[in-house]
Amino acid sequence: MRNSASHVRDPRGICLINLENVAFSYGGGDLLSEVSLRLAPGSFHFLTGPSGAGKSTFLKLCYGELLATTGHVTLFDRNARDLTRDEIALTRRRIGVVHQDCQFLDHLPLLANIGLPLTVAGKPVQQSDVMDLLTWVGLDKLTNALPPSLSGGERQRAALARAVIMGPDVILADEPTGNLDWDMSLRLLTLLVELNRMGKTIVIATHDLTLIRQAKSQVAIRVLRIAKRRLQLAGADL
Amino acid sequence: MRLPTFLSEPKGGVVPPSGPTAWLTTATAAAMAFLAVFALALSLASGRLADRWAAALDRSATVRISAPDDQMAQQTAAVLEVLATTPGIASARALDLSEQQKLLEPWFGPDLPVDALPLPQLVEVTEAPEGYDREGLRQRLAAEAPGAVLDDHTRWRAPLAAAAARLRSLGYVSVLLIGGAMAAMITLAARAALAANSQVIRVLRLVGAKDTFIARAFVRRFTLRAASGAALGTAVAMAAVALLPAQDEAGGFLTGLAFQGRGWLLPLLLPPLAALVAFAATRTAAMANLKRLK
Repeated sequence: MRNSASHVRDPRGICLINLENVAFSYGGGDLLSEVSLRLAPGSFHFLTGPSGAGKSTFLKLCYGELLATTGHVTLFDRNARDLTRDEIALTRRRIGVVHQDCQFLDHLPLLANIGLPLTVAGKPVQQSDVMDLLTWVGLDKLTNALPPSLSGGERQRAALARAVIMGPDVILADEPTGNLDWDMSLRLLTLLVELNRMGKTIVIATHDLTLIRQAKSQVAIRVLRIAKRRLQLAGADL
Repeated sequence: MRLPTFLSEPKGGVVPPSGPTAWLTTATAAAMAFLAVFALALSLASGRLADRWAAALDRSATVRISAPDDQMAQQTAAVLEVLATTPGIASARALDLSEQQKLLEPWFGPDLPVDALPLPQLVEVTEAPEGYDREGLRQRLAAEAPGAVLDDHTRWRAPLAAAAARLRSLGYVSVLLIGGAMAAMITLAARAALAANSQVIRVLRLVGAKDTFIARAFVRRFTLRAASGAALGTAVAMAAVALLPAQDEAGGFLTGLAFQGRGWLLPLLLPPLAALVAFAATRTAAMANLKRLK
């Protein structure tokens, strides 16, 4: 079945990330097949599916870390296959990524890590801006802490702060609450919902259905499921 | 001092300090520079020595007169007369018996009865700067003194000139090989550093760093290490060369190796050259490695 998500169109016709009939394989059989999706500005998507279904792979296709085996991935109106390495780097400045095992530069304090996207872009890092962000995620007391000393929840919130410091159009989160307790998961979800209300496009890959139900009560979301290599709109069972 | 943009550290020191292994690059660059200074000194000194030999032989010639005893004086006088009237000859004089004995002494000892042997008369000829017509002189000597033969030392000079050229070439090849070895060593060290920092590179790529930004952090580090190591090695080697024995009167081969005059400036080029080699090697290695990453 061609997934129905592909037929969801933004009324303004603007599309930030577009996957069209995409297949991906790591060398064996296809992990993903006939995947189509348009990510419109301000949309909020959850991506579910069993472990190994290809959720992380899907997200990697969305920020240019992987190239589709067949089909087309368009990132901000540019075919991902045509992007040079520098253009991919520039594209990633418009996409904030939060991983479950969020990685930092362990030798740099939190403040420098949060400002890293600005540093690599050659932009001045305003300490007050970074402090505002750290306050927003509740880490303002840990500015000089080194990443290895942070707890799982603190790392996730720090990763979110780093992901949004460049003011990206899209935020992709891969199992962001995988290592967190429920309270911390809710706190992170609240932050992501706030970002969505500010107009950011959010995609969260998770197998936490409770989190999805919680989000439904706060914001309009679309839930997608990867099953049998295809991307489908999830039913009302959620 | 402000570094050029391509060497400036990306803000924040994005690559972690590499610890004691960092000194290996510096130490190797120092050792390579030390060897390069000696190769350079040996090359220049060998060239100077061979040049000196060649120049000395080039300015002189010998006329050998083989004639019966009763004609020897007459032919010697004729030869001296011809030489005196030949343009381009600065001076000419016949060697006396004691001088000839001294020449033969290394082979036959001091007690050789030179006056009892049928030795040829030797005439030492010194050439004027403008030179003389060798073929013309040979023909005139053949006409005036049939027993006289001009030896202009060509057969000695040619192999010496060739040896000088080879010695110089070997020295320069040695310097090139040392540079190549240093480039290879720095490439390996840079690759190891890139591999050790693969997670740092992944994070940087994830947050939108371009390859040039990432490469710059590594290039700067290795370039400065190589330059400082080479400066140290060059300084120590120059001091060692300066302390070598001065050239003795006999112009022995193992003396007079020190640089002379402006030659002392040549080793000073080694640290910037080492930095250039390190810059090129690290940048090439970094860009090639980064291309393998998404």
